[in-house]
Amino acid sequence: MVKLFSKPDEQGYFGDFGGAYIPEMLHQNVEELRSQYLSIYHDPVFQQEYLYLLKDYVGRPTPLFLAERLSERFKSTIYLKREDLCHTGAHKINNTIGQIILAERLGKKRIIAETGAGQHGVATATVCALKGLECIVYMGEKDIVRQAPNVARMKMLGATVIPATSGSKTLKDATNEAIRDWINHPHDTHYIIGSVVGPHPYPDMVARFQSIISQETRSQLKEKTGSELPTRVIACVGGGSNAAGAFYHFLDEPTVEIIAVEAAGHGVNSGMSAATTQLGVPGILHGSKSIVMQTEDGQVVEPHSISAGLDYPGIGPMHANLYTTGRARFMSATDEQAMEWAFEISRLEGIIPALETAHAFAVLEELDLSINDTSVICLSGRGDKDLATYMTAMENQ
Amino acid sequence: MRRIKELFEKKNKRVLNVYFTAGFPNLEDTSILMEALQENGVDLIELGMPYSDPLADGPVIQESSLVALQNGMTIKKLFEQLESMREKIQVPVVLMGYMNTVMQYGFEKFCADASHVGIDGLILPDLPPFEFEKLYGAIVAKYNLDFVFLVTPETSEERVRKLDNLSSGFLYAVSSSSTTGKDKKFNDITAYLERLQSYQLKNPILVGFGIRDKVTFDSVQTHSNGAIIGSAFIQALSTSKNIKQTTADFIQGVLN
Repeated sequence: MVKLFSKPDEQGYFGDFGGAYIPEMLHQNVEELRSQYLSIYHDPVFQQEYLYLLKDYVGRPTPLFLAERLSERFKSTIYLKREDLCHTGAHKINNTIGQIILAERLGKKRIIAETGAGQHGVATATVCALKGLECIVYMGEKDIVRQAPNVARMKMLGATVIPATSGSKTLKDATNEAIRDWINHPHDTHYIIGSVVGPHPYPDMVARFQSIISQETRSQLKEKTGSELPTRVIACVGGGSNAAGAFYHFLDEPTVEIIAVEAAGHGVNSGMSAATTQLGVPGILHGSKSIVMQTEDGQVVEPHSISAGLDYPGIGPMHANLYTTGRARFMSATDEQAMEWAFEISRLEGIIPALETAHAFAVLEELDLSINDTSVICLSGRGDKDLATYMTAMENQ
Repeated sequence: MRRIKELFEKKNKRVLNVYFTAGFPNLEDTSILMEALQENGVDLIELGMPYSDPLADGPVIQESSLVALQNGMTIKKLFEQLESMREKIQVPVVLMGYMNTVMQYGFEKFCADASHVGIDGLILPDLPPFEFEKLYGAIVAKYNLDFVFLVTPETSEERVRKLDNLSSGFLYAVSSSSTTGKDKKFNDITAYLERLQSYQLKNPILVGFGIRDKVTFDSVQTHSNGAIIGSAFIQALSTSKNIKQTTADFIQGVLN
């Protein structure tokens, strides 16, 4: 019998990881969601609206593109799943579309979100504008400075951006602030978490909304290659939402190799890294048990990655389980490698990828790709938001 | 010996529980503050173990936690400071903190060491009842520690009864659904406390969150056994030049 890796048990555990480690003040909100998310998700009326918006608003299905020059270089077959072509420029909107319809169903009037690089914040502000709902985005004070264009986009879309001034003033703290806001608003507010993290049911719910990526990939592969199954699927992992979606419908297929690429920053052992599975130990962060980067005393540490989207000291519980069971192979790429591959892919395929996504390409050289292999890389986002970083790199070349 | 039980047998009205973050304002203030609280008539001390990401707490307590961590406070250090606590401290002391730090210390070792230094109970707000029943409750019981769950105005009667059943020592009634240190509407709180009282629970009820002075302390006494003050005391300490005097002034201000 095939072991199911994609779905958690009743209490939200993927193996040893998951659950809902939340204070009682959050119980009502989380329980309301937990008790209803599956029945809403499976309701044909919900599915109809979700799929309609994904098609006509987001622009799905996204293409599965045969990267010919990249394939030629590795003497293999490499497909790119073009999530960068989604409205707002990344896969994040697959989840926010799902959650905004869910929030409407639950009668919520006020939407809150956390954001690091601003991609999830923009995707949330976008769907709130679409639905005419109030939108409040928490963003680390430091990230607000680093990601000014996305802050402007959120504001233009009508969202209120509130700086998180506590702790390290980055994504981790923005998440804390959003959770506190939710505690202080137990009735009218829905919290749209942007990754497969947080208390149950978020990791499962977000993975389901992102699973459209691998669902489409299967049928597109069938059409192009005659088989629904590739040799391997590769995706970058911070919290892990694009990876969860890209892996989802392949996890229970034992022949498909699953490769998750973490951000090594300046190098896994440099002290400036975000490679959570390599540096973390089991712990609790943002309401679920997972692998967490922390000190010996259990204080959460501030990670480092050049890409704000991977700059997170935890990882979704589903990924922690894929790591400890060995179902997925975890690799990492440094800031420098990611930067190099951002330019490489731009010039080989005419696609400027997000810095996060560039990490996924950087491991190709380490893999033993054969001529008969079919690899799928999740091209999770476009690089517009990283232009300032890329421009600096070009000046220094 | 169950100090919390003995306390409520002797005194079941106007019990004052005061919280402070261990290691704040300075690393070695723990015993000075505990003694000052006891001297000034505090019935129960809630000692906070600082954590980098304290979700249930507001900005005042988070800030004090960061200072405490920068001062070098750890659970190990705290237990060293508490080693001879019972030579001077007779009031019950409970530890409040978050699961991640306790997990890293080792849950059973934590309970053993807490019990060894004379700690009476634990408050771990992000340890949910499901995990408590499955795994951790038996360990807490093995070391004769009380365990206090929180209830809020949103908690259903069925769940209040369940949490009361799992708790020992007292039940922590969060005055409204919010993080610590926020102002509350006290009319709503009275109705909620009346409701809790009508359930005739097995544990005494202490009200926390939003209690900051004599007026707010007095306002919740009719339908509870007492109250917990945290953020307001931390706020007072944060600008204090003399923490003993500040503690005396603050506590006298609440009680008299």
